[in-house]
Amino acid sequence: MVLSPADKTNVKSTWDKIGGHAGEYGGEALERTFASFPTTKTYFPHFDLSHGSAQVKAHGKKVADALTNAVAHMDDLPGALSALSDLHAYKLRVDPVNFKLLSHCLLVTLACHHPAEFTPAVHASLDKFFSAVSTVLTSKYR
Amino acid sequence: MSLTKAERTVILSMWDKISTQADAIGTQALERLFASYPQTKTYFPHFDLHPGSAHMRVHGAKVVAALGEAVKSIDNIGGALAKLSELHAYILRVDPVNFKLLSHCLLVTVASHFPADFTADAHTAWDKFLSIVSCVLTEKYR
Repeated sequence: MVLSPADKTNVKSTWDKIGGHAGEYGGEALERTFASFPTTKTYFPHFDLSHGSAQVKAHGKKVADALTNAVAHMDDLPGALSALSDLHAYKLRVDPVNFKLLSHCLLVTLACHHPAEFTPAVHASLDKFFSAVSTVLTSKYR
Repeated sequence: MSLTKAERTVILSMWDKISTQADAIGTQALERLFASYPQTKTYFPHFDLHPGSAHMRVHGAKVVAALGEAVKSIDNIGGALAKLSELHAYILRVDPVNFKLLSHCLLVTVASHFPADFTADAHTAWDKFLSIVSCVLTEKYR
């Protein structure tokens, strides 16, 4: 799967609109993930996962920053995400199925906050982008 | 995800054996697929899907022949299966989840025909190989 020029434009302009809210949306997406898909909580036994938790907010910002970096390097996702890819492969070992769950929650979060921009075409581009990121993060598992 | 040298060797050496029973293996994999996962039959309304039918034998042979092409060009599966990739993207549009089901059935069939060769390492190599083939066949979907 390759991101078309239109996909890249859609992803970039969405990210521009998000502006400084990326961290906040990251936290919200995580909260949605833990609420809708409780199995994902097993990866965070060391976190306070209650509503409004500072740890979840901080982690959401981490995730968002990584995605912002990915947006800036859409022509070379494997390169830009190489260290994170190693981390997920050798340390975190998050089951690949969970990337789909988090991606879904990210899309829902974005749709909630930017309904006018979240057209079917933009939705598709973002879904492809998150799929591409997920693929890179699981590419070194085996 | 890519195949290690060792995995490539396993696949190439096992393929010599597999190709001697290629048609039977393809047919049996499809039979297992339709039996265990009846929803996959919906893609073949025009076929007689009874075990041993001519349709099943011909199609099973086709599938394994395509895998043989991928094995022959194991360093460039994308190139070898480009036409099949387009066929699946623009005409067949088989939902990606079904590739996992067929891959599973192929692995089971190969394991049952070559139990001594199907070690844990060989199993991993074949699973990765079929994952790569499945990725190639679905990469042009969107």
